[in-house]
Amino acid sequence: MIYLQLFLSFLKIGFFGFGGGYAMLSLVQNEVIVQHAWLTGEQFADIVAISQMTPGPIAINSATYVGYTVTGSVLGSFLATLAVCVPPLTLMILIAAFYKRLHKNRYVESIVGWLRPLTTGMIGAAALLFLNRETFPDWISLVIFAVVFAAVWFKADAILMLLLSAVAGILIY
Amino acid sequence: MLWQLFWSFFKIGAFTFGSGYAMLPMIEREVVERKGWFEKEDFYNQLSLAQSAPGPVALNTAVFVGYKMRGWIGALVAVLGTVVPCFAIILLIAMFLGGFRDNRYVAAAFQGLRPAVVALIAVPFVRMLKPLRWPMVFLAIAVALLIWQTGFSPIWLILAGILAGVVEVLVKNRRRMP
Repeated sequence: MIYLQLFLSFLKIGFFGFGGGYAMLSLVQNEVIVQHAWLTGEQFADIVAISQMTPGPIAINSATYVGYTVTGSVLGSFLATLAVCVPPLTLMILIAAFYKRLHKNRYVESIVGWLRPLTTGMIGAAALLFLNRETFPDWISLVIFAVVFAAVWFKADAILMLLLSAVAGILIY
Repeated sequence: MLWQLFWSFFKIGAFTFGSGYAMLPMIEREVVERKGWFEKEDFYNQLSLAQSAPGPVALNTAVFVGYKMRGWIGALVAVLGTVVPCFAIILLIAMFLGGFRDNRYVAAAFQGLRPAVVALIAVPFVRMLKPLRWPMVFLAIAVALLIWQTGFSPIWLILAGILAGVVEVLVKNRRRMP
């Protein structure tokens, strides 16, 4: 039963995952934390950190990780990863086949225009959902947030900043 | 040919870190410059569709390239190539991290990582707000607050966005006809 739920959840995430990895985070959070309570917010933040430091799209990484953690089996991990890949695979084959008709299509352009503010808001929600005592227990965590934000804003390498934060964590806590 | 396709995307899947957009220069180098499978302009036109479709951008691009090369078998092979390395790496981490979690140093490292992760998500949010017009900025912020505070599923908002896009074109069409 858990396998079916897991498969359906990640199928939905794959199907509605517009706007790239960060926007998809909010879909994953909603399914995994809010709807099913499979993970805590803290665990989810850890997955995002791991996912940023390992190769691969964040949606696929979180599917693999959540699938394993929830079921404790490789099968669960495999099913969740498969589920998140199936919708993009089928939709993109259709798009590739009807490419000429969709390129510069007015409906497509209008829909993309409306989805942009919505997916932007979803990224905002993904960040806001981490505003809690576990993620920000003290002022030091606020300093880490501010420093990383400023550094990445001015195009510092994200992985380097994560490594530095991990080192800061080990030295401080 | 299929093997080459698999191997190209395996390399892309195994060595690109961060978001899908970080993968794009690597994909371009592989399929446009090294292999010459695509013309540069052709590649970028298709990319814009790959970005507007749902799903990870890197995966969508893999499907597109694979499909153009060898039909649906090609698409499947390119996707497998992209996914297999990340699947293997994350599975290993998931299997073994549980044991290290209680380690003092690992716990401390994650304590430092969590606020940094939030910053990594906050940066693209603010960046993407900047080019939007004011009403759309308010819409984006309202959406963020709604999902955050009520746990409202973003799926409904996506559906609403698709509907709004279709309605907008229909309304414009009607106005054009006298």
